[in-house]
Amino acid sequence: MSVAGHVPPPFFKRGPAPLVRLAFFVSLSLLLLIADLRFHTLEWARLAVATVAWPLQRITWMPIDAAGDFGAYLTRQSALLKENQELRRRQLEAANLLLRQQHLEQENLRLRALLDMRARLPVEGRIAEILYAARDPFSRRVIIDKGSQHGIAGGQAVVDEVGVIGQVVRVFPLTSEVLLLTDKDQAIPVEVQRNGLRAVLAGVGAGMMELRFLASNAEVQVGDMLVTSGLDGVYLRGLPVAKVVKIDRDSSYSFARITCAPLAGVERHGLTLVLGARTALPPQPDDAPATPERPAGGKRVKKKTR
Amino acid sequence: MQPTHSSRRILLPVRNWFIVLTLFLALLLNLVPFGRLPGIPDWVALVLAFWCVHQPLKVGMAAGFVLGLAMDVADASVMGQHALAYVLLAFAAAGLSRRVLWFPLAQQALHVLPLFLGMQLVMMVTRMIGGAEFPGVLWFLSSFVAALLWHPVTYLLLIPQFRPEDKDVHRPI
Repeated sequence: MSVAGHVPPPFFKRGPAPLVRLAFFVSLSLLLLIADLRFHTLEWARLAVATVAWPLQRITWMPIDAAGDFGAYLTRQSALLKENQELRRRQLEAANLLLRQQHLEQENLRLRALLDMRARLPVEGRIAEILYAARDPFSRRVIIDKGSQHGIAGGQAVVDEVGVIGQVVRVFPLTSEVLLLTDKDQAIPVEVQRNGLRAVLAGVGAGMMELRFLASNAEVQVGDMLVTSGLDGVYLRGLPVAKVVKIDRDSSYSFARITCAPLAGVERHGLTLVLGARTALPPQPDDAPATPERPAGGKRVKKKTR
Repeated sequence: MQPTHSSRRILLPVRNWFIVLTLFLALLLNLVPFGRLPGIPDWVALVLAFWCVHQPLKVGMAAGFVLGLAMDVADASVMGQHALAYVLLAFAAAGLSRRVLWFPLAQQALHVLPLFLGMQLVMMVTRMIGGAEFPGVLWFLSSFVAALLWHPVTYLLLIPQFRPEDKDVHRPI
């Protein structure tokens, strides 16, 4: 193409054609999408980039933090006094319950020992503050200000003073991501407090949840409280989760459509408590080891043959 | 180089560090945690589209891809979601660059609005294939805000290239 000693001027050199470049980058991004959505293999890359970007993020929060501080500075004294009074009143109310709880826990422990049941392990919590809601509009996540440096691990339950908020799904050194209950991917095993009916509660987005796979004649009423059943080994038993707000029993479907509203301030900001990891549950019946009753049974058979 | 092709002002050549700086500042603006507030424009997309229209030889799909990866991590979204959308945006903006600059700024904004909407549509389709929820119609408001910002952003980003208008009476032109 080029005559000896003659090079085309650099003016025309622009690398590969735009369509070629487009195909290259699009296929690269599709590859990343599939690797992340389907195989979840990119967490290490995410961790690396997030760690590098942490100081930058801290800088960008400054204006928002400053605005919040300024607002707090301007809070009237009367409002503070009223809040103080309210908090003191609530503390007194809670004291009644707390004092009795210690007594009840002791009693429970003794009774469980009598019945030869496994003792319920006390679970310690760690207070964390919700920094902000993640910007991703397709999922419901919040970022809290405690990370792996503070002993947070993936899978821990997050509660506030009223009930369950969600679960830690991604841990960075100084922050963690919490998937809220109202996210479409989040499911939590619950039971109806009134009659102990077990079910699975799943988020449907838009701040609501749905009780799934219950027959259309299931015994659920509007206003029923749903608490965690603790079957999943993540949440402790008996944490309040949601309240039934609407039941649609259409006999043309095999399941009732039961809409629930979360009790905790799932979509609000504030302080939360990250509960410590629970100890592993006993193995499922399927993969439990064979029972060691064999020799006894064998002897008996021998006796019979004699 | 002119602000628009019909303009009679001649601009100074653009400095590379200024392009990098503006893209970086846009990334910082995107990191500000506004949560789910509707109508916050995607600053990176806006600045990227601007440079792809004005400097298609310097800023292109590679820049879009890298910025997209950064946004994917910052947003806690799926890796590759922003990268794919920004690459397509950069391609379309660079393709439009020869045509768009002949129009006045208001009509340029009308040209880039479909680009931003298409970018959001790409993101939505990729995530909904992955099983995410519909983010609501209000989410698309940010594209309209970005298109409205095209006019001020054009002046803001071209400031370093404007030269003072000094009339020299002795020069014939």
